[in-house]
Amino acid sequence: MSQGFSKSSVGRKILMALSGFFLLIFLLQHFVINMLSVISADAFNDVSFFMGTNPLIQYLMQPVLLFGVLFHFIMGITLERQNKAARPIQYAVNNPSFNSSWMSRNMAITGLTIFLFLALHFYDFWFPEIKTKFIDGDMTELNANGEFRFYEELLHKFTNPIRVGIYCLAFVFLSLHLMHGFQSAFQSVGLNHRKYTPIIKKLGTLYAVAIPAGFIFIALYHFLINAH
Amino acid sequence: MTKLDSKIPEGPLAQKWTRYKDHLKLVAPNNRPKIDVIVVGTGLAGASAAASLGEMGYNVKAFCFQDSPRRAHSIAAQGGINAAKNYQNDGDSVYRLFYDTIKGGDYRSREANVHRLAEVSGNIIDQCVAQGVPFAREYGGLLDNRSFGGTQVQRTFYAAGQTGQQLLLGAYSALSRQIGLGRVKMYNRHEMLELVKVDGKARGIIARNLVTGAIERHSAHAVVIASGGYGNVFFLSTNAMGSNVTAAWKVHKQGAYFANPCYVQIHPTCIPVHGTNQSKLTLMSESLRNSGRIWVPKKKEDAEAIRAGKLKPTQIKEEDRDYYLERRYPAFGNLVPRDVASRAAKERCDAGFGIEANDTNEGVYLDFSTEIQTKGKQTAYAKGNHNPTAEEITALGKKWLEEKYGNLFTMYQKITDENPYETPMKIYPAVHYTMGGVWVDYNLQSTIPGCFVAGEANFSDHGANRLGASALMQGLADGYFVLPYTISNYLADDIRTGKISTDSPEFAEAENKVKSAIDKFLKNNGTKSVDYFHKKLGHIMWNKVGMARKEQGLKEAIQEIAKLREEFQKDVYVPGEANELNPELEKVLRVADFMELGQLMAQDALQRKESCGGHFREEYQDAEGETLRDDTNFKFVGAWEYNGSDISTEVLHKEELVYEEIKIAARNYK
Amino acid sequence: MSTTKNINITLKIWRQKNAQSKGNLETYQLNNVSTSSSFLEMLDQLNEQLVNERKEPVAFDHDCREGICGMCSLYINGRAHGPDTGITTCQLHMRMFNDGDTIYVEPWRSTAFPVIKDLVVDRSSFDRIQQAGGFVSVNTSGRTMDANAIPVPKADADKAFEAAACIGCGACVATCKNGSAMLFVSAKVSQFALLPQGKVEATDRVLNMVRQMDEEGFGNCTNTGACEVECPKGISIENIARMNREYLSASATSDK
Repeated sequence: MSQGFSKSSVGRKILMALSGFFLLIFLLQHFVINMLSVISADAFNDVSFFMGTNPLIQYLMQPVLLFGVLFHFIMGITLERQNKAARPIQYAVNNPSFNSSWMSRNMAITGLTIFLFLALHFYDFWFPEIKTKFIDGDMTELNANGEFRFYEELLHKFTNPIRVGIYCLAFVFLSLHLMHGFQSAFQSVGLNHRKYTPIIKKLGTLYAVAIPAGFIFIALYHFLINAH
Repeated sequence: MTKLDSKIPEGPLAQKWTRYKDHLKLVAPNNRPKIDVIVVGTGLAGASAAASLGEMGYNVKAFCFQDSPRRAHSIAAQGGINAAKNYQNDGDSVYRLFYDTIKGGDYRSREANVHRLAEVSGNIIDQCVAQGVPFAREYGGLLDNRSFGGTQVQRTFYAAGQTGQQLLLGAYSALSRQIGLGRVKMYNRHEMLELVKVDGKARGIIARNLVTGAIERHSAHAVVIASGGYGNVFFLSTNAMGSNVTAAWKVHKQGAYFANPCYVQIHPTCIPVHGTNQSKLTLMSESLRNSGRIWVPKKKEDAEAIRAGKLKPTQIKEEDRDYYLERRYPAFGNLVPRDVASRAAKERCDAGFGIEANDTNEGVYLDFSTEIQTKGKQTAYAKGNHNPTAEEITALGKKWLEEKYGNLFTMYQKITDENPYETPMKIYPAVHYTMGGVWVDYNLQSTIPGCFVAGEANFSDHGANRLGASALMQGLADGYFVLPYTISNYLADDIRTGKISTDSPEFAEAENKVKSAIDKFLKNNGTKSVDYFHKKLGHIMWNKVGMARKEQGLKEAIQEIAKLREEFQKDVYVPGEANELNPELEKVLRVADFMELGQLMAQDALQRKESCGGHFREEYQDAEGETLRDDTNFKFVGAWEYNGSDISTEVLHKEELVYEEIKIAARNYK
Repeated sequence: MSTTKNINITLKIWRQKNAQSKGNLETYQLNNVSTSSSFLEMLDQLNEQLVNERKEPVAFDHDCREGICGMCSLYINGRAHGPDTGITTCQLHMRMFNDGDTIYVEPWRSTAFPVIKDLVVDRSSFDRIQQAGGFVSVNTSGRTMDANAIPVPKADADKAFEAAACIGCGACVATCKNGSAMLFVSAKVSQFALLPQGKVEATDRVLNMVRQMDEEGFGNCTNTGACEVECPKGISIENIARMNREYLSASATSDK
């Protein structure tokens, strides 16, 4: 890479897209595993055990993911600040809804909301996970009854209606973020073609609706099951 | 009386330029950075000259009044650029382009200049393609051509309806490259307001920084004026709002002769006038005449009904339409030269057949319905549909038109709110181009040594009428392929001169002159706006020095303009200050020069007792209303010498035109 | 068929003495505006009225008045070049407005386009981007090679032309929420990248032009697509994608 790639507007935009692609794939993977919890508790536990103990995932992919999320967030904020500086005086009257979608104009807001949710999410799942494994040194992944602890922990988190509500709302924001982000990432890396771009856009909408809706479904499913 | 020396080289016509170039003096590369050249204007001629001179290594300073050199009005040329490439194998050649241009100019241009133009025309296309100008291409990947008025071959290269834009952006990119390399210093938003002469030679200019109002001195060893034409003397024209004669006129007032000011091209296909607040007229490319047929109703009552809004043009039956160009000029039909087409439209409208509901009923139809059918059928056939329905034909025909002229049709619709795919366009002639300009010799040098004039600002190549797609050709030819040679020849004597000081009394005097002119207008405390006077001037010019002129009217015009000029000087009001961005001040300085020029145009039209090209004197026409030239008495270039602020004292000098190669004849497009 | 009528309007126009001063919106009443007038002819009419009242007319950029020079600008009622698409302000006609309308007229807003006076902004940043690489480095000998020596596929030539149709007006920057100049720069990069004559120095061109663009203080592209909607010449954001590709491969292969 030439010097300055990561400092240039186009370079940063490409890096945003690449980190976005990575997060899209991660999200899909996360979704599939979570979906297992609806289908089969055992399968969910098995896969969770694999993910939680496989060294490649624990020591390579987990830091990469962490980096990816932080990079995407910090770069997003940096670019947003630059963009704000590019127009210090706002228009007295502006009518942007004619030429662009709300989602495309508010990626920073939806992104920030998702990041706040991630903080909660980390507090709920990831920090306890790290604490159990690396601070308490309990690598057994078993609960007091000698069973895998994952499914049980999952259910436990979906008992509080407020938490479930926040969870669902966050996924609405995620959906809005993805509505633009999915297709935008393709455009950013230069994949725009008169034939394929319309397909990518449709695929993007499908992804942006289906995945968050799926997550919401999972949350509501467990909440309602637990409520019984 | 001084004899005008056109400095046409000896030898056979076809070899003059080549031989001449071989013997011109040169400036060695190591000496070029010691020499400064000023270029005023960044249209095709100016940008290409500045870029070429910069490439050679001269220190170039380029000036434009717009916010960027890319805005110059060459950008608005639509149709195309001629070149004798004969890619279409339809019998074109350098000679034929030369011949067509001389004939198109109604035998009022210099053979040697025009031949040189035709010779370098091919290089222009090569150069532009090398620069990345995206000309229209055929499916085989080679360049496409179209035909234009006044020719029977397809030699016009084009880029949709935006050829001028693409060529100018090409020249602008070459200029930008030189600016980036530091060889050209660009002065945007600067207007030249005076030429500075030292020891009789052009040695610099006074320019106003239009943002700060600062009056600046710029010195150079030679000055190139490429500031375009003066069509805005008519107020309404197809020129840009800022197009002006000031740079050329200041040069004239410093001693450069002004040639053939009465030669004005009235373009036949413009959108008709619609109202009193109108600021400009919009051209619809001549290329549309390839596909459109021009007509007015045969019956006066139909024309009246159309004007009253009771009848639509599509309701007029085929047999009730008068395709007057096809009727009068069967050989060239709708593709007769511009002056012929314009006068024919005026003739019909004067006779009461005009179709536009404006003050003067001036408007005719340009109809694409025949072309829609023809092309629709052809396209269907080419697609393998040998039995297309009427709807299919119409749809395909419209699609064909859209591909060829889409942007023009959209432009028309935006302005008029009418859909030209469904109803014929309304068009009428409008002032478009000025063939006259500063007199230059074969080197493009004016009568002031070191002051060169290029492009529309000079008078050189188009005689009394310019053929379509030839202005772009001339602008680039002058800038890319003529000036670099002839200026070097001049500058070869300046390698020991050293930097020209701007501290000399000549610069001080010129600066004071500019400052006091500005001061005068700002303190004038008059009552009327600049536009008020400009519109009045335009009105006189259009009615009496326009498409048809006669002795009485011209004499009146001279009086009226002189009177208007006096009133203008006394009663014009200019708000604002000198040291700021002040558009009214910019305008008043330009209009002051238009006032003087307008009078000279009328005087020139009056002395030219013949009709030729764009200059039509009602007294001199044949039984069919065609122009009647007088080759015995008027086969000359009329070059005027400034002689003080009373324009009527200007002195006429004549440069006899000698035709060695071409047999001079009456122009015939029948 | 069009019918012309006269309307009365209220104008809210940004007035600013010079680059240093602070501006504000001023209100003007203008009557008897013909609906066949262009927007700029309406401003002419206002200026005539102001001059007659001995007030300073509104400064605005304009020149060709036929939509090709790119000099006119203006943010009208919240949109670049006003409430119509595929046109510049000089092609906007008053028939787009109704009697009694209030019309807001503001200059382009961008760090890279500082206001000079009233509605006039300085767009020389575009020139500097062009100077950084928007050209083919060929001297004007006229003797390079015959224009038909290299056939160019019609599809490429057409795409290059579509990109080259950019008039450099700056509406893309004005309308982009980020004040990004990507559409402008990518149009130039694309035009040359698509033609064999421009390919030779494509690597340096895209790197240099993007560097200059960034130095001028334009924002980043977030693919909202607003620019292509408001572009008077309909330049597509396909060009931005092409520039991203060009930039990526140039960055990867350049030895600088």
